[in-house]
Amino acid sequence: MTNGTTSAAIQKLHFYQKGTFTVGNRLVSEADRSVQASIDRSNALTCGHRACQGCGEALGARYALDAALRAAGGNLIAVNATGCLEVFTTPYPETSWQIPWIHSLFGNAAAVATGVAAAMRVKGRPEIRVVAQGGDGGTTDIGFGCLSGMFERNDDVLYICYDNEAYMNTGVQRSSATPPAARTATTPAVGPQPGNVFGTGKSVPKIAVAHGIPFVATATVADLHDLERKVVKAMGIHGARYLHIHVPCPLGWGSASQDTIRLAQLAVECGMFPVFEAEHGVVTGRRKIRRRVPVEDYLKPQRRFAHLFTTEEGRKCISQLQAMADRNIAEYRLFDWEGDVE
Amino acid sequence: MLKQIEGSHAMAEGIALCRPEVICAYPITPQTHIVERLGEMVRTGELKNCEFINVESEFTALSVAIGASAAGARAYTATASQGLLFMAEAVYNAAGLGLPVVMTIGNRAIGAPINIWNDHSDAMSMSDAGWMQLFAETNQEAVDLHIQAFRLAEELSMPTMVCVDGFILTHAVERVDVPEQAEVDDYLPAYEPVQVLDPNDPISIGAMVGPDAFTEVRFLQHYKQTLALRLISEFAGEFKKQFGRDSGGLLRTYKIDDAEVLVVAMGSVNGTIKDTIDEMRADGIRIGLVTLVAFRPFPVEALRKVLVGPKHVVVIEKSLAVGMGGQLALHVDLALRNVAGAPQVHSVVAGLGGRPITRPSLHRLFRRALVQPWEGTHFLDLNEEVIAKELHYVRKVRRSGPTAENLLRRLRTGAQKPAAD
Ligand SMILES: Cc1ncc(C[n+]2csc(CCOP(=O)(O)OP(=O)(O)O)c2C)c(N)n1
Ligand code: SF4
Ligand SMILES: [Mg+2]
Repeated sequence: MTNGTTSAAIQKLHFYQKGTFTVGNRLVSEADRSVQASIDRSNALTCGHRACQGCGEALGARYALDAALRAAGGNLIAVNATGCLEVFTTPYPETSWQIPWIHSLFGNAAAVATGVAAAMRVKGRPEIRVVAQGGDGGTTDIGFGCLSGMFERNDDVLYICYDNEAYMNTGVQRSSATPPAARTATTPAVGPQPGNVFGTGKSVPKIAVAHGIPFVATATVADLHDLERKVVKAMGIHGARYLHIHVPCPLGWGSASQDTIRLAQLAVECGMFPVFEAEHGVVTGRRKIRRRVPVEDYLKPQRRFAHLFTTEEGRKCISQLQAMADRNIAEYRLFDWEGDVE
Repeated sequence: MLKQIEGSHAMAEGIALCRPEVICAYPITPQTHIVERLGEMVRTGELKNCEFINVESEFTALSVAIGASAAGARAYTATASQGLLFMAEAVYNAAGLGLPVVMTIGNRAIGAPINIWNDHSDAMSMSDAGWMQLFAETNQEAVDLHIQAFRLAEELSMPTMVCVDGFILTHAVERVDVPEQAEVDDYLPAYEPVQVLDPNDPISIGAMVGPDAFTEVRFLQHYKQTLALRLISEFAGEFKKQFGRDSGGLLRTYKIDDAEVLVVAMGSVNGTIKDTIDEMRADGIRIGLVTLVAFRPFPVEALRKVLVGPKHVVVIEKSLAVGMGGQLALHVDLALRNVAGAPQVHSVVAGLGGRPITRPSLHRLFRRALVQPWEGTHFLDLNEEVIAKELHYVRKVRRSGPTAENLLRRLRTGAQKPAAD
């Protein structure tokens, strides 16, 4: 997409920070530069939408869809589940979508996308690719049956889940992606076990891997290069693909708008959100933690966890969450301990 | 071509002639044979250029059809009973989005108690969802209505259900004239959507609409159904020209000219009613029949025209709005609203959960309409004895247990009180 002038204007630099979250476009090779760095960027999701300031979902969606659109050579149709992304992008007669886009229901995005993909095949337009997208509620809960069916049939759809760990559009209620101890409107921080219950929830990325589909990955808005790379990789494959993006939500998490990227980063660095990828049921890559931090660092800036820092019980919850993070780190081998050979 | 063929297979062949491009299949009796046969036709290549998708639920079946239709493909699915309820949210959605999906309903009762046999509760439960609903009387009409349904749906950009009585039609083997491909191609033009998802012309479909425009959106949906009133007759007329058969339309009449009693009914029961009418006319009773084909849009005007004149109208229907009575009867009341000299309407609920509607029962019923007309809802062939016993028992015993199971035990054993309580 970069034309002669722009590429000549961009300096080729190599810096030691490569591989950190903070690396700028100038610092990576041209091929690795963000779609967003190009003056030809497509803006599948353009400005003027009504997301909150610092919305991780808006950011994740723009990067993901622009990358997908570029990978598909402009031939992309998006199917959207009900949720924040759907509502804040289409305050009709305004729409932020510059690509063909359809919203049908809360729980059927994967199925509608299957239908769109089938139509493209039968209409002899296989070059047109299909993305389905929804929040964690629309994906891991109410849309789960449709999602699993789409996976199992290996339909030619890339499904993207924007995981902000609760039903945000309806006012922050618990979903099966809400972490234990988190306060939501339906898991209030009161009583002997405040917040969301330990021992509940599920990992849909893991379940997606268990379907044996061609490609599954998690990603985060803290590492947009990695996110784009995974989208591009997914678009290079046909069949069912799943991308689960961790997207902090200032409103639902009770965090500062300017902390979205920092929180997304801390979630990875503490082990709460493992970033990995898998092909055909086998984990093939993970993003190693560079500078490991205690879960406390991640929890502290979020009001949804504030109650954990005021009582002895809360302290215990923090150690339970630390144990969860440690388990993730061990399971996906996210951190190089001394003696860890890889 | 004339064939001795199972209703479901005849319908499948008729549907295949309409060149559907995406078919979504999920099993539920009594609709299953239709999608099975279609699947076979796709596999063998009898039906070309068609994606046959085995889905994991009815909700998905219709959702896939929604996506396919919005992307410009002619989409079809079939369901019944619990399946229709399971897809309810998508049923409204397809209509709201204006997507011309065609769906067969193999009409079946809704549980609990679970029951696989025929009545019209399923279709009636979705009658206000914004779909057109056409009821077939015979398997020939079932085939023909599908061909008309695609044409209607696509002309109006409005989804359409073809309702066929479970087992009575779906599983009956009888003579059906399955049309030729060329004839159907002449009658049914290719699907040209009014809105389509296309990267060359990106549009957003399915945005939120607030109080500022929602009423107008709904009004236009309703208005389109009034247009359908005209088109249904028109397309049935063209169908007759093309295929030489009367099929479809808003309604049909049988021996109504001099009638003092008119019967109104939908679906396969009309055959039995006509036989009964013939027998009663031989006895000198002036009775006639109005067969409703279109339930949505509801043909108020057309119905009023034929119903005004006789003294009595008996509405027989295979559905019950619990706590209200006959739904179709209520619709007939509407057709007669504010009409001077309107006939008395007598409501009959019959054939629920597959109970046969027999000629002897109809004889008794129609005679009664003349000599002892009733108010309220009459339940044809109700086992009053077993009801009385159960009511008596329930009055006495607080923990009387589940009604359905109690009744079954009574029927089997004749016991005064259920065996295990
Ligand atoms: C069948 C159905 N149930 C409930 C709702 C209400 N609803 C709309 S959006 C939403 C929350 C969406 O949560 P999520 O999928 O996590 O997306 P987010 O808003 O957090 O991005 C809910 C519960 C609905 N529209 N449809
Ligand atoms: S509530 Fe959260 S997900 Fe929704 S727009 Fe605001 S920040 Fe984004
Ligand atoms: Mg959410």
